[in-house]
Amino acid sequence: MVNRSVPAQPGSVYDDSAVRLFAIAAIVWGVVGMLVGVFIAAELAWPDINMGLPWLSYGRIRPLHTNAVIFAFGGCALMATSYYVVQRTCQVRLLSSKLAALHFWGYQAVIVLAAITLPLGITRGKEYAELEWPIALLLTVVWVIYAIVFFGTIAIRKVRHIYVANWFYGAFIIAVALLHVVNAAVIPVSLTKSYSAYAGVQDAMVQWWYGHNAVGFFLTAGFLGMMYYFIPKQAERPVYSYRLSIVHFWALIFTYMWAGPHHLHYTALPDWVQSVGMVFSLVLLAPSWGGMINGIMTLSGAWHKLRDDPILKFLIVSLSFYGMSTFEGPMMAIKTVNSLSHYTDWGIAHVHSGALGWVGLISMGSLYYLIPRMFGQTKMYSVKAIELHFWIATIGIVLYIASMWIAGVMEGLMWRAVNPDGTLVYSFVEGVKATIPFYLVRLGGGVLYLSGMLIMAWNVFKTATNGRYAPVSIPQVAAYA
Amino acid sequence: MDILYLLIPFSVLLVLALLAVFAWALNSGQFDDLQREGERILADDGPALDRHQAP
Repeated sequence: MVNRSVPAQPGSVYDDSAVRLFAIAAIVWGVVGMLVGVFIAAELAWPDINMGLPWLSYGRIRPLHTNAVIFAFGGCALMATSYYVVQRTCQVRLLSSKLAALHFWGYQAVIVLAAITLPLGITRGKEYAELEWPIALLLTVVWVIYAIVFFGTIAIRKVRHIYVANWFYGAFIIAVALLHVVNAAVIPVSLTKSYSAYAGVQDAMVQWWYGHNAVGFFLTAGFLGMMYYFIPKQAERPVYSYRLSIVHFWALIFTYMWAGPHHLHYTALPDWVQSVGMVFSLVLLAPSWGGMINGIMTLSGAWHKLRDDPILKFLIVSLSFYGMSTFEGPMMAIKTVNSLSHYTDWGIAHVHSGALGWVGLISMGSLYYLIPRMFGQTKMYSVKAIELHFWIATIGIVLYIASMWIAGVMEGLMWRAVNPDGTLVYSFVEGVKATIPFYLVRLGGGVLYLSGMLIMAWNVFKTATNGRYAPVSIPQVAAYA
Repeated sequence: MDILYLLIPFSVLLVLALLAVFAWALNSGQFDDLQREGERILADDGPALDRHQAP
């Protein structure tokens, strides 16, 4: 399937072996992560299906789902596309094939270790930062290798200008490294157990400073890098306003760092810190929408392409979900809104409109562009299957987020309802019972989204086995123009 | 909230570092001809080579 024959002059072709591996890994982990997601969605509707096995219980499997879809699927998609984009935009090979391969296998080792330890209940108990200290340490080493290859490739570039996508990818790599190191500070007591270096509300503050910035730099900045390369390439037009894309980048990274406290409204966190978090969250609406409009308007004057090209449908609809969730997020960060939405399934709806709609669709669209080119082809084995995937995924997302919105608002209203004498109208379990029908609709949405991913996996398999690896030459450019 | 004595100075240092990178980008001509840079990526792939063909 993959022929890694070395060309006569390795300097004149792109080095795509790591890109190919990460792209395939993204598809595999996407299927696995979404399958686990469907399983835990079914557990919420029918709790008995864990069969009494502790390693299948919701509390242990849920972090497996989040780690698999965010860090394994999303991470591999980011790494594949960043290595692809940095070479094309700098018109140079990767700094080192060996280091890139080490990065790939090291990252896969982290993923496999996560898949083993999380169901066994070995966890630091911090959301999106569950991996115990030895794995966190390994991840740090792998991340440094990634940074060396990525920034090393920029350092040896043949084009003087650094394309905006590389700025977004670069910010993602550096910010995630900083966040990970600060939040992973622990005192180990054994190989599988450690305690946080921070205590109580201090620890909560560090955790959500990490948690929300991970959303900002892993799930936003990195995928914006994808957006700024693959939308212009697929639409065959330059980005609507390149100037705006530069403003978008600097505005986003200068304002992001302090949105985290909105995860801790009405807690022991000082009130003024909560308000700072709310204000910064509201400010973020401007750069987010600037980027969304810039991406969508790239099609200005060529809207007909959207009708015929299912890959563009993926890319552009992902941006509309990005716009929607970056409007919803700041609204939910307002304290009065948050008093209704927090701890309910509204949060799950918000996260999945970002995750399934924005991160998922932009990754799938970019991989549909990239994968045929990794196997000497210009398009996927079946374009009709891409179209089918798009519609199944979109209907799945709508079912998912609409049911969770309704469930969330209903839960919020039921929890706060009080009788004239001050007692609660509903007990907690009444709220749970009322939510079950919506859990079933959500499960249906998840099954549809997973089905779309399986269609993609089949399409990728056929594309890879029908094609063969052909190295892509680096065009001759006026040196360092 | 002792943790703020760590997180806030950390953020300030980060903003200063970002300013330094921005100043570098501005002064090294990264933003000189943005129109052309936006269009350049449309032609970054050379022809795919046959794997037996010397590139």
